[in-house]
Amino acid sequence: MKTTQLISFHEKLRAKLVEFAGYKMPLEYTGVNDEHLTVRKKVGVFDVSHMGEFWVSGEGALDFLQKITTNDVSRLVPGKAQYSCMPNGLGGIVDDLIVYHYEDKKYLLVVNAANIEKDWKWINRHNTFNAVIENASDKMSMVAVQGPEAKNVVQKLTKINLAAVKSFSFETGKVAGVDHVIISATGYTGAGGVELYCYNDGAEALWAAIFEAGADKGIKPIGLAARDTLRLEMGYCLYGNDIDDTTSPLEAGLGWITKFTEHKNFIDKEFLERQKEQGVQRKLVGIEMIERGIPRHHYSILNQQDKVIGQVTSGTMSPSMNKGIGMGYVKTTYAAPGTEIYIGIRNKKVKAAVVTFPIYKD
Amino acid sequence: MKIPANLKYTKDHEWIRVDGEEALIGITDYAQGELGDIVFIEIETEGEDLEKGEVFGTIEAVKTVSDLFMPVTGKVIEINPELEDAPDLVNKDPFGKGWLIKINIVDAGELDDLLDADSYNKLLES
Repeated sequence: MKTTQLISFHEKLRAKLVEFAGYKMPLEYTGVNDEHLTVRKKVGVFDVSHMGEFWVSGEGALDFLQKITTNDVSRLVPGKAQYSCMPNGLGGIVDDLIVYHYEDKKYLLVVNAANIEKDWKWINRHNTFNAVIENASDKMSMVAVQGPEAKNVVQKLTKINLAAVKSFSFETGKVAGVDHVIISATGYTGAGGVELYCYNDGAEALWAAIFEAGADKGIKPIGLAARDTLRLEMGYCLYGNDIDDTTSPLEAGLGWITKFTEHKNFIDKEFLERQKEQGVQRKLVGIEMIERGIPRHHYSILNQQDKVIGQVTSGTMSPSMNKGIGMGYVKTTYAAPGTEIYIGIRNKKVKAAVVTFPIYKD
Repeated sequence: MKIPANLKYTKDHEWIRVDGEEALIGITDYAQGELGDIVFIEIETEGEDLEKGEVFGTIEAVKTVSDLFMPVTGKVIEINPELEDAPDLVNKDPFGKGWLIKINIVDAGELDDLLDADSYNKLLES
């Protein structure tokens, strides 16, 4: 099993460690509810170094990325990032990712840890554009600092004016004495903050400095369990649960990152354009329990007449709302917000409602 | 990790505190630690006669759902009323305020099949 550069910190903090995507990762430190609320109210730090990083550069880089991703990379100026996904040629999704325009003709793709190998094979197979590609996943570390105080904490460690780094923008520079850190105003929590990318040899210094700088704000380490509850409250998709090789971006509500502009050709463009015209048969929706219960992955979604109309793809007890929430696919006729649905939980049907994203409305 | 000496234990990490013909049942400190924050407990078997090993309810942590098993045959006579609003009592005080159910024991002989604190401790260490 692989470890990240920060494993000794997790062990010292007595984290509960689990295997995730081939890495030994912290699941929780002080407890998922405490960690979750720390991020919502103050600031928390995640080691997400298991995420994959691919560099794509050269003359063919833009055309290549236009071909393999759904979002419009031509609109991405250096210093900006965009959420996107890679269609799989069969109407499904290879992976979702963030594309950074690092500098002229050079891009960084950040992909899911569980998909690094699969994505690497996929992009190699489709690189008929002579783009220079490098899998830097094992060389790079990633630390997410999230929460309302996150930017204030990181600001103490850098001269870069973080207030000027707007959502889905980034700057590169020195943080806590570590050179070439990418400071990206992105995250998977909906709580605001930054994600920091650096080469492995800087990760420990960066981690230690962030905790020192955040001590007076009650900064805490946050594990993967709270990462999941935080993203679920926002309705952000998790690959392998809410999206996968069998779900289309349009079914998943990712039409906003699927750009059918004339100058952009991409894998599955025709298929997805037709799907958009005809309308999708099922849609990914937010679920909020009305009666007591917790929706879970693979639970059935039923209508009033007990007919199965869909399936839960993710679910949890929301620490912010203290009720069961989830996401799942339902037949399009049941996808309107406010629709009463039922979740099949252990031979019972428990009342819930379709809700808009984010599920947790701050 | 606490393992009170006056209780009996099961391999499923439950404890039973016998008081005459009645007994309280809960999960162990080890079990609550493994589950993490407990967020929902569903027990709807009050008044039912259940066999040893039968499921009397479920306990849900943030990420997992686990069945709860009867350590011995008995009738469920009470469910801890505080758990509906405060399931985290099981995390905070697993052997005390976090008890799950009270039962009437049918066959006290079944208690001999359960683990004592030493044997349970050995199970955890193995």
